[in-house]
Amino acid sequence: MKRILSLFVLSLLASAAVAQPYPSRPVTIIVPFAAGGPTDIIARISGEYFSKALGQQFVVENVAGAGGTTGITRGAQSKPDGYTLMMGHMGTHGAAPALYANLKYDPAKDFTPIGLVAGTPILIVARKDFPAANLKEFIAKVKDPAAKVKQAHAGVGSVSYTTCTLLTSQLGAKSIVAAYRGTGPALNDLVGGQVDYMCDQIVNLVEQVRGGSIRAYAIATPERSPALPDVPTTKEAGLPQYQVSAWNALFAPKGLPNDVHQKLAETLSKALDDAATRKRLLDLGSVIPDQAGRSPQALQKLVESEVARWNPILKAAQ
Amino acid sequence: MELLANLALGFTTALSPTNLLLAFVGCLVGTLVGVLPGVGPIATIAMLMPLTLKVDPTGALIMLAGIYYGAQYGGSTTAILVNMPGEVTAVVTAIDGHEMAKQGRAGTALGVAALGSFFAGTVATLVIAAIGAPLTRLALLFGPAEYFGLMVFGLGLAVVLARGSVLKAVIMVVLGLLLATVGTDLETGQDRLTLGIAELSDGVDFAVLAMGVFGIAEILRNLENPESRNVAIAQIGRLLPSREELRRCFAPVLRATGIGSVLGILPGNGAVLGPFASYALEKKLAKDPSRFGRGAIEGVAGPESANNAGAQTSFIPLLTLGIPPNAVMALMVGAMTIHGLIPGPQVMTKHPSLFWGMIASMWIGNLLLLIINLPLIGLWVRLLKVPYRLMFTTILLFCAIGIYSINNNPYDVYFTAFFGLAGYVFIKLGLEPAPMLLGFVLGKLMEEKLRQALALSEGSFMTFVERPVAATLLALAAAVMLVAVLPAVSRSRQKAFQE
Repeated sequence: MKRILSLFVLSLLASAAVAQPYPSRPVTIIVPFAAGGPTDIIARISGEYFSKALGQQFVVENVAGAGGTTGITRGAQSKPDGYTLMMGHMGTHGAAPALYANLKYDPAKDFTPIGLVAGTPILIVARKDFPAANLKEFIAKVKDPAAKVKQAHAGVGSVSYTTCTLLTSQLGAKSIVAAYRGTGPALNDLVGGQVDYMCDQIVNLVEQVRGGSIRAYAIATPERSPALPDVPTTKEAGLPQYQVSAWNALFAPKGLPNDVHQKLAETLSKALDDAATRKRLLDLGSVIPDQAGRSPQALQKLVESEVARWNPILKAAQ
Repeated sequence: MELLANLALGFTTALSPTNLLLAFVGCLVGTLVGVLPGVGPIATIAMLMPLTLKVDPTGALIMLAGIYYGAQYGGSTTAILVNMPGEVTAVVTAIDGHEMAKQGRAGTALGVAALGSFFAGTVATLVIAAIGAPLTRLALLFGPAEYFGLMVFGLGLAVVLARGSVLKAVIMVVLGLLLATVGTDLETGQDRLTLGIAELSDGVDFAVLAMGVFGIAEILRNLENPESRNVAIAQIGRLLPSREELRRCFAPVLRATGIGSVLGILPGNGAVLGPFASYALEKKLAKDPSRFGRGAIEGVAGPESANNAGAQTSFIPLLTLGIPPNAVMALMVGAMTIHGLIPGPQVMTKHPSLFWGMIASMWIGNLLLLIINLPLIGLWVRLLKVPYRLMFTTILLFCAIGIYSINNNPYDVYFTAFFGLAGYVFIKLGLEPAPMLLGFVLGKLMEEKLRQALALSEGSFMTFVERPVAATLLALAAAVMLVAVLPAVSRSRQKAFQE
């Protein structure tokens, strides 16, 4: 009897130790922006692969607000057990410290980086009848104060704001700037010819460029995008220093257990090699990181370099 | 001829058994979720989007559109039954709709809302199919200056909207404008009027404000004198509008459909103005304007029709330009993009079966909504018979769930409670919440557009005079305000003379 009992206790202990491999219940991915936006879409596409691969639902929870920092703050303060992850992005983990004085997290210190998911290239676009045939002529116009070139952006802290601020700061130019709430209204006025140019993620602009309702001068990546093969890179068009991408990456709160960390990083890498997932990301115009670029270490480096890069540019603009 | 061929293509797509089923499921689920107080179309679509991931793009869009119409109609249902408008457009419905419900005419109000919506939806679908593409140019004509003019025009409507004194209405509009300035400044990114509360940095959510000053305040008032409430609800009355009532609604519905369709096409969510404009117009045209606010059926039929027409035509900028005019359409773009189909100006030529299938499904969706909702009216109305002590606790519970689910933010629930208290104070002071909500909605857009227009004109106010459309709209706005204020002024002068 004693033996049976001790066997029973032993087996209970054993099962407690092994029966709960991660993940044993649904995992939440906090997306710090509204449903339907580029980051949300990338989170949903990768989440679908994670659900299939790990046998538990990876559910997207949209916690929008304050340029994405509301959701990331909540994520950073959650338990580091692998059941709350965050889809961070260039804004929340790069530009935010320069933009939000009361930021409650440190992008480089308060997270366990899991890996870069996708980079979304930035396009420089103008209204279709803007009097410049190429990027060089466009730059000349933007630099000419008499031309009074008008820029639109989707609100302070948005990708279109930060990336266009980078552009004008590199050019040493000052445009007339109109702020909009979101890419939609800004794009509407660009198509309508009320404003002259804007910068934004390729996925937001690609169809309008293809349809000819706006024109693209350059794409800020080392190589051309298969989604818009006719648009030259900034390097080809004569502005090689303008390299910027709205990257999205998976983070967990600081202190994630090693085994869970490893499992998530490996699954992410597999997701990025999965043909169906790749295709869906590429269809968005995204750039998928290579093996070296996917590691947690590479992401940590990216975060540190981005924070350092955006800080002086954005502080100077304010 | 081409139109007929296109519509035929659309209906073959939309009437395939799968797509028909998806439209039905979308409408049904949308109605059921949208009927939760506080849960408007945006929250409903965001919640239900994962359901559509397994379907092909056309089917998914048809289903999402169904969810959209369903949620919108569900929102009107809560506005009428329990005075809880979950979104901007249902605010106007709540004014007379809930009054009707209190008089035991909830069924009639719901019925006329469904019928008016169906009619408006049918006309708007035809408008989109026939002249959707050329109408796009109208949307592009509207720059920030024009839009500002339109918003000022809308403010004029707020004054007409009020039941009682013009002064009190103006106070409420200004309060709404002030509330709209809470949050991050658009150009500088600085916090304004947030009292150091981080959760206010994105401003006050519309649903939070509306739920509070309408729904919660109403509950507080009812708890004050529970007897009157129970008596009112004991009589249910007829479930469907009578022939006489339908006849009276015919012209308002017709006018509202026109107004709603035109405003829906405009970028930047012009559709929100539709119901307000329709209500103001009907009140002005009515032989006895004093009936409005006391359960006038036209005050439900008109705004609901304008609302649905606008909901439909706001698809035009999305389908022809690929640019979402409001948050709901932005979600639609996201849903299309997840399916690997980024909307743009070429949707019509590149994916004709999707484009026309979607248009056909709009009409089918409206029909399904009618079929689903007419029988449901009996059920909704019977819900009112539930003893109030059970009902108000349930409403509060669902309200809290609904509010929380909008942004997954617990603070929204606290803010709703706060605005509920504020709404109770308004009732005691005889101040009406509707003009405040209109001021709130317009305030955000107005400030944005004013600053954009001035940024683009480099600070010159002449831009509002030099641009003909903007100048016309501002002149119209001045005229509307004069018309609204003059009778009040002359009345008070008469009074002064009598004394």
